[in-house]
Amino acid sequence: MKMKNLAAVAVAATLGAAPVMADLVIPDLSYRTGPYAAGGTPFSDGYQDYFNMLNARDGGIGGEAVRVLECETGYNTEKGVECYEATKGEGALIYQPLSTGITYQLIPKATADGIPIHTMGYGRTSAANGEVFNWTFNYPANYWDAASVMVNYLLDENEGSLEGKNIALLFHNSAYGKEPIRTLETLAEKHGFTFTQLAVDHPGQEQKSQWLRIRRERPDYILMWGWGVMNQVAIQEAVNIGYPMDQFIGNWWSGAEHDVTPAGAGADGYLSLNMNRIGDLPVFEDIKTLVHDAGNTAGDGSNFGNVLYTRGMYAAMLGAEAIAKAQEIHGVADVTAAMVRDGMEALDITDARMEELGMAGVGPAFSVSCQDHGGSGLGIVQQWNASEGKFVALTDYIAPDDSVTLPLIMEDSAAFAAENNIEPGCL
Amino acid sequence: MSTEFLYFVEVLINGLMAGVMYSLVALGFVLIFKASGIFNFSQGVMALFAALTLAGIMEGQVPFAHIINSIFGTNIHHFGWHVPAVLAIILTVFVMIGFAWAVQRFVFRHLVGQEPIILFMATIGLAYFLEGLGDIMWGSDIKTLALGLPQGGARWLEDATAGLGGDDFYGFFIDKLDMVATVVAAVLVTALILFSQYTKHGRAMRAVADDHQAALSVGISLNFIWILVWSLAGFVALVAGIMWGAKSGVQFSLSLIALKALPVLMLGGFTSIPGAIVGGLIIGMGEKVFEYMIGPMVGGATENWFAYVLALLFLVFRPQGLFGERIIERV
Amino acid sequence: MFYREAGDFKTSYAEDNQTFPIKFDRYRYWFVLAVAFLVIPFIINDYWANAIFVPFLIYSIAAIGLNILTGYCGQVSLGTGGFMAVGAYACYKLMTAFPEVNILIHIILSGGITAVVGAAFGLPSLRIKGFYLAVATLAAQFFLIWLFNKVAWFYNYSASGQISAPERFVGGIAVTGPNTEAWAKYMVCLVFVTLCGLAARNLTRGTTGRKWMAIRDMDIAAEIIGVNPLKAKLTAFAVSSFFVGIAGALFFAVYLGAVEGGEAFGIQKSFLVLFMVIIGGLGSIFGSFAGAAFLVVLPVALKMIGVDLLGWPTDIVSHFQLVVVGALIMFFLIKEPHGLAQLWRVIKEKLRLWPFPH
Repeated sequence: MKMKNLAAVAVAATLGAAPVMADLVIPDLSYRTGPYAAGGTPFSDGYQDYFNMLNARDGGIGGEAVRVLECETGYNTEKGVECYEATKGEGALIYQPLSTGITYQLIPKATADGIPIHTMGYGRTSAANGEVFNWTFNYPANYWDAASVMVNYLLDENEGSLEGKNIALLFHNSAYGKEPIRTLETLAEKHGFTFTQLAVDHPGQEQKSQWLRIRRERPDYILMWGWGVMNQVAIQEAVNIGYPMDQFIGNWWSGAEHDVTPAGAGADGYLSLNMNRIGDLPVFEDIKTLVHDAGNTAGDGSNFGNVLYTRGMYAAMLGAEAIAKAQEIHGVADVTAAMVRDGMEALDITDARMEELGMAGVGPAFSVSCQDHGGSGLGIVQQWNASEGKFVALTDYIAPDDSVTLPLIMEDSAAFAAENNIEPGCL
Repeated sequence: MSTEFLYFVEVLINGLMAGVMYSLVALGFVLIFKASGIFNFSQGVMALFAALTLAGIMEGQVPFAHIINSIFGTNIHHFGWHVPAVLAIILTVFVMIGFAWAVQRFVFRHLVGQEPIILFMATIGLAYFLEGLGDIMWGSDIKTLALGLPQGGARWLEDATAGLGGDDFYGFFIDKLDMVATVVAAVLVTALILFSQYTKHGRAMRAVADDHQAALSVGISLNFIWILVWSLAGFVALVAGIMWGAKSGVQFSLSLIALKALPVLMLGGFTSIPGAIVGGLIIGMGEKVFEYMIGPMVGGATENWFAYVLALLFLVFRPQGLFGERIIERV
Repeated sequence: MFYREAGDFKTSYAEDNQTFPIKFDRYRYWFVLAVAFLVIPFIINDYWANAIFVPFLIYSIAAIGLNILTGYCGQVSLGTGGFMAVGAYACYKLMTAFPEVNILIHIILSGGITAVVGAAFGLPSLRIKGFYLAVATLAAQFFLIWLFNKVAWFYNYSASGQISAPERFVGGIAVTGPNTEAWAKYMVCLVFVTLCGLAARNLTRGTTGRKWMAIRDMDIAAEIIGVNPLKAKLTAFAVSSFFVGIAGALFFAVYLGAVEGGEAFGIQKSFLVLFMVIIGGLGSIFGSFAGAAFLVVLPVALKMIGVDLLGWPTDIVSHFQLVVVGALIMFFLIKEPHGLAQLWRVIKEKLRLWPFPH
């Protein structure tokens, strides 16, 4: 059997590997390959570039250099686990798992290992209840917020009433896609609109049946929870049947440049949600001069400033701020994962602070507490301008309906706590 | 005519059209299987690779740019020119022929006479290889194919048929791209049939498909024929890649269209070109009608498995597929 | 020099039929088992358990299962992912419905449930053969995954549709859940692998296995000499699915702890296990281990060489990984079409004669 050799290697490696703890280690579980590479690449570029910029400009965070450990997951859960195990021994401070599957993997693991996870606008929604999920944070917003923000936007558009409207949800038939269903069902009851579900199976290259049904039933609005090739095909099919693009709203993972460009000019006017504002932020100047011109970019630089790049950078900023907060609370520069968790829980992002960082208004102002790991849940609606080739913010930050999402979060997190014998409480 | 019925007809037509798209992929499988007994798992990846190459050439991308940049610290991306579509297609065809030659020379020549499952496995290796190579060469971002293929519903048809069954019938929707695909598929199949019936190499191809040994003994070069069928399959892959890529952009997921072609292939039979077409039509129509009639009752997204169940039902009655060669077993 | 026997002087059936006819092999076998059971558990850490050993052991079980079906009985199956999902969801339902029963019993029962499902989907094999049979198993693959995704009962109506394994203990030691020690995970999988390996080996060299092989080599001929194809094929499907189900249950409960049906048990998984079986060697228990090791260890090793040693960008490394894995598969097939197991056999033959080859 082969195991003898393996064992020998194992012995050698265990003896050789000792954790190095010198600087602030931030793992970046990226996916630059596989079916979702187009979405993973810009996010990871932005995430790494921001930390590289901090290293170049400020010598890291609080004088401590940041070391980004990139590990390729290919959006695959098993590879994600491998990456997690490979990086956690290096003294990883904060994980950004970037895939629903990996997130669900890491929530219990990281809790047991005492490393905080930041799932920004994805992953397990009920992790917003910090008393159950002590180590998981999903600020600034989650999927249920997103669903609620969309409905609130539509309420605005329709003078406060959606009575008798027909709203369809086109979703990726997976845990991710099914997230908003419960919220939308509750909202449908509350506001009196009809809610239709249209499931698209992975990968979503063939959606003719769904769109023929849409064409037949003519829903007033379509909300989309898509990812990967499903986005491009859905937008193309919407153009094909001549569905009005300004009644078609994607969530924040269905609203990047590469989702709309294949459909060409027809996609003009497509709406999508965003949890962060995009555009010319002063911080890009620093990244440009200190990282790009120094030839230190994570990717090839072609994604600079686009939707997902900005989101990756925003995520990095939130991580860096949490670390800075941790340094402030504990008074040491070389913080540990547990200290970073305290920093995340005490995080307070204000408009003034964002302006100071050179990214005024990139996200909503919010603060985190032990009870609330979910942030404010605010989101903007942006619109695709095909002739200029960019998304333009259409609204200001819209608040979700907490009276709908909060009970759902409590219910789901209580179920999780019961199933896993967790005694809710603060650390 | 009731509106319900008209919509049913619309679903039916669209299903047939979708079936044509599946057939385009399935054709490549059939060509190779017929001539060499290789079940070519890499057909889907070949479609991706061909489409990537086409997009890359048209955009004037530098192949292997990423790796060159990271080794030499340069920053090159594009040659700075745009190649016209026709020329780019011709160049891509040459790349696919070169690929066919390489596959034959370095892989399958050494595997002549192996069991089918071994050959199948080798094509899986090939699929991995090609997938990685495509990404390294052209990058993994989504590329748009600017071939100017018509897209969108045919408005004239919609206008002409609107209101046929009452006010709530909006007219027949047929995607123009699907129409193009149908024409292309028809031309392709006709050309392939003419080629194999009336040309020297075509006849040699059929001879090889019939009996390797006999073909060899009358002086047909197996090597040449196999390069020929792999090139043809590469060309079919290019067509399929263009058609599917026009919808979604050229990206990794394009390689997954092979999964859509498998039930078609099994239903139509591995060895029959008409089988690939008829199989595609049946599968396309079947899955769309099922999704339309039964889908809403069971929660939708049934197409993936229903295609296979449909193929299975057919196979129970005809174990060699609709048009497959009769399986004769002797002890 | 040590690797030899002095002539062919077997005097009993037992001797003729033994798994390791050469003394050195027997010692090596016991040595490997001793290391696996007595040494590795004490030195294993989280990384080695979760990245290498546990997936390797679980995939070995799945590969043995598929090898029984494809390698020994000649029925091509692409439904492994779906059957693993049956094992996983069965295990989840059992774990949550009967929390007081030992998890090990649940895992075995999940295998049993999968065996029933597998046998049902094996019925078309009586009529459909070769690659065409793959369609029946693919139908199982897609249908089962769709079912688990659609019917909320399977995931206890949780909001996300994910299933996650609650904490369960064996003899006071956690074997599932986040607080499981690396060695506990490893030991559970190792025990199952050892039992499955022994069971598979003894099944395949007995009457059942010979019937399967007769069916594989030519089913009509087998039928004529009195092998009941219905029974042989369905037992192969059932036994194979039993192993695959156990692998699925372990994969979910012990290894990952939380899975989503479509993502963890998709068609990719079916292909992966089939690759393992073919690369390892059809019709060989050792081959199942070798194939699983090859496809689990190789990507990790390549990643380590590329990223950690050479410092290349991760995306280039993972693209190269595909290229290298693909090229290696083709290379192995050209050099040795019957898989790693055959390569091993050839080496053994050579060793047996060494240093006097004539």
